[in-house]
Amino acid sequence: MAAAVAGGTRRGTPMYSQKNLTSKKKYDFEDILEERRQSSDLRYAMRCYTPVVYKELSPCKPSAIKTIVLHSEQVQYVIRELSKEMGESPDIIQEEAAEILDEMGHSMHMGAIRFFAFTLSKLFKCLFKSICVNEEGIQKLQQAIQEHPVVLLPSHRSYVDFLLLSYVLYTYDLALPVIAAGIDFLGMKVVGELLRKSGAFFMRRTFGGNRLYWAVFAEYVKTVLKNGYAPVEFYLEGTRSRTAKTLVPKFGLLNIVMDPFLKREVFDIYLVPISISYERVLEESLYAHELLGVPKPKESTSGLLKARKILNENFGKIHMYFGQPLSLRTLAAGRINRCPYNLVPRHIPQKPSEEIQEFVSDVAYKIELLQIENMVLSPWILISAVLLQNLPAINFELLVEKTLWLKGLTQCFGGFLDWPDNLCANKAVRSSLSLHTNIASLVNGQVVLHDTVMGPGAAEETIFKQALSVLLCGSYRNQLLNVFVRPALVALALQMTHSSRKEEVYSSFAFWLDVFSDEFIFFPGVPVKDFEEGCYLLTKCDAIQITPQQIFVTEKGSTVISFLMAMFRPFVEGYQIICRYLSKEANEAFSEKQFIFGVRSFASQLLKTGGTQYYEVLSSDMQKNALAALVRLDVAKRTKKSDGFTYSVSKEALIKTAGMFESRIPVRKPIVARL
Amino acid sequence: MAAAAGDSGSGSGVASSSESAARRRLRILSGHLRSAPETHLSAALCRGRAAPPVSSESPPSTLPKRRQEVLKWNGWGYNDSKFIFNKKGQAEFTGKRYRLGGTVLPLLREWIEKNLGGSLEHKSIPRASLNISDVPPSVTNEEFLQDLKTTNISYSQDPEDRIFRAHGHCLHELFLLREGMFKRVPDIVVWPGCHDDVVTIIELACKHNVCVIPFGGGTSVSSALECPTDETRTIVSLDTSQMNRIHWVDEKNLTAHVEAGIVGQDLERRLGESGYCTGHEPDSMEFSTLGGWVATRASGMKKNIYGNIEDLVVHIKMVTPRGVIEKNCQGPRMSTGPDIHHFILGSEGTLGVVTEVTIKIRPVPEYQKYGSVVFPNFERGVACLREVARQRCAPASIRLMDNQQFQFGHALKPQVASIFTSLLDGLKKFYITKFKGFDPNLLCVATLLFEGSREKVLQHEKQVYDIAAKFGGLAAGEDNGQRGYMLTFVIAYLRDLGMDYYLIGESFETSAPWDRVLDLCRNVKERIVKECKERGVQFPPFATCRVTQTYDAGACVYFYLGFNYRGISDPIHVYEEIESAAREEILANGGSLSHHHGVGKLRKQWLKESISDVGFGMLRSLKQYVDPSNIFGNRNLL
Repeated sequence: MAAAVAGGTRRGTPMYSQKNLTSKKKYDFEDILEERRQSSDLRYAMRCYTPVVYKELSPCKPSAIKTIVLHSEQVQYVIRELSKEMGESPDIIQEEAAEILDEMGHSMHMGAIRFFAFTLSKLFKCLFKSICVNEEGIQKLQQAIQEHPVVLLPSHRSYVDFLLLSYVLYTYDLALPVIAAGIDFLGMKVVGELLRKSGAFFMRRTFGGNRLYWAVFAEYVKTVLKNGYAPVEFYLEGTRSRTAKTLVPKFGLLNIVMDPFLKREVFDIYLVPISISYERVLEESLYAHELLGVPKPKESTSGLLKARKILNENFGKIHMYFGQPLSLRTLAAGRINRCPYNLVPRHIPQKPSEEIQEFVSDVAYKIELLQIENMVLSPWILISAVLLQNLPAINFELLVEKTLWLKGLTQCFGGFLDWPDNLCANKAVRSSLSLHTNIASLVNGQVVLHDTVMGPGAAEETIFKQALSVLLCGSYRNQLLNVFVRPALVALALQMTHSSRKEEVYSSFAFWLDVFSDEFIFFPGVPVKDFEEGCYLLTKCDAIQITPQQIFVTEKGSTVISFLMAMFRPFVEGYQIICRYLSKEANEAFSEKQFIFGVRSFASQLLKTGGTQYYEVLSSDMQKNALAALVRLDVAKRTKKSDGFTYSVSKEALIKTAGMFESRIPVRKPIVARL
Repeated sequence: MAAAAGDSGSGSGVASSSESAARRRLRILSGHLRSAPETHLSAALCRGRAAPPVSSESPPSTLPKRRQEVLKWNGWGYNDSKFIFNKKGQAEFTGKRYRLGGTVLPLLREWIEKNLGGSLEHKSIPRASLNISDVPPSVTNEEFLQDLKTTNISYSQDPEDRIFRAHGHCLHELFLLREGMFKRVPDIVVWPGCHDDVVTIIELACKHNVCVIPFGGGTSVSSALECPTDETRTIVSLDTSQMNRIHWVDEKNLTAHVEAGIVGQDLERRLGESGYCTGHEPDSMEFSTLGGWVATRASGMKKNIYGNIEDLVVHIKMVTPRGVIEKNCQGPRMSTGPDIHHFILGSEGTLGVVTEVTIKIRPVPEYQKYGSVVFPNFERGVACLREVARQRCAPASIRLMDNQQFQFGHALKPQVASIFTSLLDGLKKFYITKFKGFDPNLLCVATLLFEGSREKVLQHEKQVYDIAAKFGGLAAGEDNGQRGYMLTFVIAYLRDLGMDYYLIGESFETSAPWDRVLDLCRNVKERIVKECKERGVQFPPFATCRVTQTYDAGACVYFYLGFNYRGISDPIHVYEEIESAAREEILANGGSLSHHHGVGKLRKQWLKESISDVGFGMLRSLKQYVDPSNIFGNRNLL
């Protein structure tokens, strides 16, 4: 194999050692499970809990909050409006509002919290090796809670996220957040109520058209926030990311929590990005199934009980990084100086101005980028990235060597690595493998990704199994993509254009950035900055040289470039395949569901015949993102129909875009092997 | 209402007599001023007008031409009235003009030390007198001067006279007087004696292209009087103080025709002699003039009964470079296109000089009574004021101080005369804080002033106290109320004391809809604290507010900001940045650019966004038409 080039000389010394970059932030992580393993959980659960509170807090019970919300001008206004429109008596609508509140509202209760503190201690000790928290962030949070209302914005990879966050806050004697949870949890007997008592409030997944629901919900969140009653917690991503890539943000809740500041009902609000990184995600296999179209099991208590067999497994480490609280006032400074709410009474619902919408969107992206920056990357993430470029199997020694090389590159790109420095590389890789035996295993000196070796059985089933395995492994590699995407897109642009002229490279870069802007998180509207960062990182690892007009790949650089290309090839090729599908198959208007089904069978066929090797194209996530990208590129048109959205494709535009996808892309070469 | 009853010691005496404390104060002032030395410059006789009976004798004015003989040249108010720290280190107010005169304020020093980090050891001494040679020389348009001399209108080029008219009472202006110098000051001061004199002066000014800046009481707090530094023409300061006659009083229509240079206290005193008043009492009324009120859209403390200046004026005469503007009759309301009075009101000396005003008058009220209410917190207080406004039963004045200001007012309590009083104070405090459970660090006080017939006042008082009770308010006696109002008159004197000890302060105001008052007050104060911290102010600032006026649709809010500038190299710049940030905050909170202080040059930067581009263009074309050569070149507003 050509990869042997990388052998010998470099063994043991990573090519791009950036010791100074080995995460300066890492030192102050503390494992909170350690203490749990040494002292009584019961005492822990029953201990005196006196969190610091917001300086202007006027304490009130959950029921009092409901009353405030129900009688607020905002809700009353909407009730009156609806009553006028529907000819219904306001009392009936008010009652409806009260029911919504009851369905939604939390009822935080110390007993439930102590119950959770106890059981979660047991559970977490069983499941996880450690839960590492950056204490500095905790201290800043503690300070922030006293100064202004706080919004906690964690990343969302697992249902465990919110339990974990509350657990950590309880451990540090911090105010427990009130959490926006999907209403599906309410379907769970007992557990739903328990969650409610531990501070969750429930929102319907969709309530676009229901003005009353929106008004009650928005006012509820704002009341909790404004009174400083408790920090409000929700997920910008809206749902758990099945791919472990950060999802593009949703703005609804962010709009709501920013509203009290924009209307100057509070002096400031702190937004706290929180990054939760799992060494092994509890739902990993479920996610892969879901991506392949096996429906998500309904949240139910019995389902939870069935899931208890996972208690016997080891899910490794968790890192929670509490980011610097961001002052909304500071973020808004110079952007929205004049309050746009001066001319309309503040309780009358108003559509936010474009200026505000843009601001909300920018804040959302900024926070997600901060979440990404503080995500901790485990060795397994590097291993899986290497593994996926060497299917179906790779020599163990080679794997270690390549992983070390990738470690260097990751550090060079500023990835926040958690590498066990006390272990030799061999052992580190081995220990990672042992944590993920469900994905890959070491057989005769070869590391094999499960189910990728062609075996007997129906072709359909084999493909499904293989896809499952690739997506599962991919969900770890994906965590690296956010760190690599900018240099990778520069590399892609370099390859696509076959040119060293900077503007040409940039325009190609900007095209791909636009194409992938649902797939990866880019700050909106500044592709130049992303380009510069990508170039800078590539320069930093000596992969390219930049002159004022030109960009050259260095001799050393081709390895890096090829690696990056290979890393992102599943996405590039996936999008190409989807384009091909559309140009061949789709004629009339189609729904998203039909589209996904169509792509799936089209791609399965390709996989079967060896037309492609990238199983990622089977992932509904990629399919949806690609469709969104095509809409953005004006290739597809989205129209709202009574039963949802339908799409239609403009053939002309499709041919053009497909051309841009394919053109001048070199015929598939075994790039991987060149590493 | 135990507290109220217990407090009536000194208050009831005032209340039972028909004389109000305010009027007593004015009597004292006027008594003193009658003996004020006459200036060496005598008012030139006014030609061409038969003086009506009321003004037949030349009335004594509070403000002589050489104002510096009566007033401080580098601070607020009268030369003989100021705060000092006496030998025992206790604060004391000198002079006999004010009720507070001669009283020791034992709590003030501790308050300053505790709240502002001030200390008697750290003194910042201003220069004792004006260094004449520092004053920029008079740039004189000789032809103008020649023509002026032929008119017999009195004028002066004396540096002291000129410097006195180069400023208002903004912090930075006083700071320059204490330790600096203005880059540009007026070159000539003229004292027209009547409307016709003004017409003559403006004609000459147009003829010779000189810049005219009208000057009334000199109490501007918007940099309105500062001379533009790049003005190369001769700047004439037109001092209206000698135009202070009351031409006539019309008892049938209850109006008086008055020259615009009359200062508030003279106007009220002299109308009072015939049993009338205008009821217009801005905090600056001792020194500010009728013309100045018109030019800035002033607001008086008792506007709830009498209205603001725009409600009070029936007729205005103003001299502009285009000629004299006035209405042809004195009808109470007209529908004759946009009201031209509103071009004049708030024009801030950019269009012309107001010379004569017909103003509404009212019989002096039979009875006046102060009062006060303690609320458990500011929120409840504002809610109460809102309810009072909703029921349209606001007393002549109703003001709500926040907790900091309440505590500050407490620090200005004079030494108690007897053990009995101090015991009573203690009991009151115990009642409110312990028995009623008010938190001394949250409670706030509303001060009230009722006016009218005795019967009506008592009835009105009950109505207001009943509303207050619904919001947890407890009546807290007349004395507290009266002290609250006194505070507004002495606060400017207090600022001078502070400046001797590295403490600087200023006030600014706004108006806002009712629903935004609380948020605005809280946010602006928090912004001030934040900005001070970020700019290296070493001690927490004194940031406090009060709601001073209620309207149907909103309220006027007044802020005090003070801080200790020790350790800051450029305190004025820092102060200005903080005030500017506070103003930004006010605007972002739905507050107005100004309720009654005006725009001047201090707040120009925000005018356009406040009144829209078109509105701004309207004002600009107005100016363009009325004063195309920018004779009234103080550059306020636009």
